[in-house]
Amino acid sequence: MSNSKILANGVDVYYGSKQALFGISMDIKEKEVTALIGPSGCGKSTFLRCINRMNDLIEICKVSGSIKVDNEEIISEKTDVVSLRSKIGMVFQKPNPFPKSIFDNVAYGPTIHGLVDSKNDLEEIVHSSLKKAGLFDEVKDRLNEPGTSLSGGQQQRLCIARAIAVNPEIILMDEPCSALDPIATAIIEELIDDLRLNYTIIIVTHSMQQAARVSQKTCFFHLGELIETGETNKIFTNPDNTKTQDYITGRFG
Amino acid sequence: MFFWSLVLIAVGIFSSFIYGRSRIKLNSKKQGTKSKSLPNYYAQYVLMWCLFPALIVYFSWAIFQEQIIQNIVISNFEFIEGAVYNEGLLLAEIRNVANNPSFADGKSIEIINAASHYSSLRQISQISFYTSIIIIMLLGALYASQKLKPEFHAQHTIEKYIQYILIFCSSVAIFTTIGIVFSLIFESLRFFAEVSIFEFLFSTEWYPFIPIREGQTAAEGSFGAVPIFAGTFLVMVVAMCVAAPLGLLTAIYLAEYASPRVRKTVKPLLEILAGIPTIVYGFFAFVSVAPFVKAFGQSIGIDASPTSALAAGMVMGVMIIPFISSLSDDVINSVPQSLREASLGIGANKAETIKKVILPAALPGIVGAFLLAISRAIGETMIVVVAAGTAPNLTGNPFENVTTVTVQIVVALIGDQEFDNPRTLSAFALGLVLFVITLFLNIIALQIVKRYRERYE
Repeated sequence: MSNSKILANGVDVYYGSKQALFGISMDIKEKEVTALIGPSGCGKSTFLRCINRMNDLIEICKVSGSIKVDNEEIISEKTDVVSLRSKIGMVFQKPNPFPKSIFDNVAYGPTIHGLVDSKNDLEEIVHSSLKKAGLFDEVKDRLNEPGTSLSGGQQQRLCIARAIAVNPEIILMDEPCSALDPIATAIIEELIDDLRLNYTIIIVTHSMQQAARVSQKTCFFHLGELIETGETNKIFTNPDNTKTQDYITGRFG
Repeated sequence: MFFWSLVLIAVGIFSSFIYGRSRIKLNSKKQGTKSKSLPNYYAQYVLMWCLFPALIVYFSWAIFQEQIIQNIVISNFEFIEGAVYNEGLLLAEIRNVANNPSFADGKSIEIINAASHYSSLRQISQISFYTSIIIIMLLGALYASQKLKPEFHAQHTIEKYIQYILIFCSSVAIFTTIGIVFSLIFESLRFFAEVSIFEFLFSTEWYPFIPIREGQTAAEGSFGAVPIFAGTFLVMVVAMCVAAPLGLLTAIYLAEYASPRVRKTVKPLLEILAGIPTIVYGFFAFVSVAPFVKAFGQSIGIDASPTSALAAGMVMGVMIIPFISSLSDDVINSVPQSLREASLGIGANKAETIKKVILPAALPGIVGAFLLAISRAIGETMIVVVAAGTAPNLTGNPFENVTTVTVQIVVALIGDQEFDNPRTLSAFALGLVLFVITLFLNIIALQIVKRYRERYE
């Protein structure tokens, strides 16, 4: 347990009277990629959004149980959601750059958190974030153009750059490639592999190949329950549970 | 007369419907084939061929009958009399005698004759009116019934007719608008024939009085509209100073902070503000706000008049709050949720998200809402009539009496005046300018709102 970054214990989520997650317990290690897989509506995105308290935005959503990030309880009234979210970046399913310039998109986080004192520092953070997201070379001449003018894959990398500009420890990715073509997907997958050295990454995906390619751990969700979790190799070659077996061989879902 | 003809038409279309329905059933039974459309469509087809010609006859009679009869009576009359009469007075007299024989006492024999001529013409017209309606309905039904064969696509034809009807209905509003614009333009041209357009647009003296009698010593009228536009602008600015912050902050609260239940209650309540008759706002401004403004002005050493730009503008501002809050609320709501999530996901708090992401994204729409509110404020009449006064002062002091374009139009049209002098015609010129300004504001506003919508869809 020494290097577990996120420790979930008995997490239940209700949307109104409908229960979406049933007692999820999970242990996520530092600087690894964990993939959450499962059929649509199985609760994997819901679980992901518990980790940075994004479910707070949904009025009818009630979360109970315990999630600890760095041994600190985050499912509590007292949690400082703002600082939690600056520690946990998130990349969404559809690229959602702000209708601002490329530069301002990345500069947004560092500015509101007061991470920089001078214009030069800000420029440096923006450039290094874009470099880490593998986008810098493509956009360095047009940092003042609107972020929405980029292609889908570039927009998604811009969103990744925006997320890492505030120097988070964890990055949550909610089906980051589902709106992208195979080439853009391959670029993002490569990027995820690089980012693993510095960040703990949790990725929700519908593509089992993608989970197999980018992740070290895989968790299989089904109907709101965590069916099986383990090394990605093992899940994809020799799962313990027959439901997992059926899902990854394409018998349902 | 026209009531009973409506009853006649109603009976006609009812029986034509029944007839069409039974006839097509009979025909398709006779031929042993199923009709292409449902029987009701054939019935509607017959009905339409009955109804529309009858309506055309009805309306042409309603519009032209009186005119034609009067012309006939008058032409005969002049032939007999050979004297010059005022036609309008003469006709009124003839009609009076015709409608009420007791008025005949003491009238000249020509008038009594003309009145009886008039009555008999009316009777003839009435009879021929009923006959032609019946005939035209029968003809329509006859034409339609020839088409009542099973292989006839009644439904397609009905749909085509319905399309024509819809086009007709929608063009009514458009043609009315065009008509209004043209009448504005032509009457304004008459005004500008007497008053130079440069004087109207650039002179600062508004003194719209003209000598009523020949040789009267009253001053020549002066038609410089600058003080009026300045007054309008001043009232508008005051109104926007009230409405812009209140409306926008209300919108932000409703869209971002209020729970759905609060929002569902508050928004319609605010929209009720827009439904209060403006005259009610007007006397509220005059009775409650204006004295307060006067007292306030005195307490800070400014001599305020009992009606002022400030009082009118403040109340007008309250009136247009719902325009701004409701439209801005819609615009803020249509900023995609994903942008909110992106900002919050980075660790921005709610205020930062609203200030730095949502308002910039919604800005074009909010500007559009402001422009619509401004054009509403400029065109508003009753509040300013009651609470701003009628004195054309060229002033920037909101505690003073001012007047607006709409108020001057009201003033110009009050009283018995023929539309042949610059005073009354000035209403059209003012109206034209007002129309052009609000039209441009509306076009710009709608364009901005539209472009903004396209960006996210």
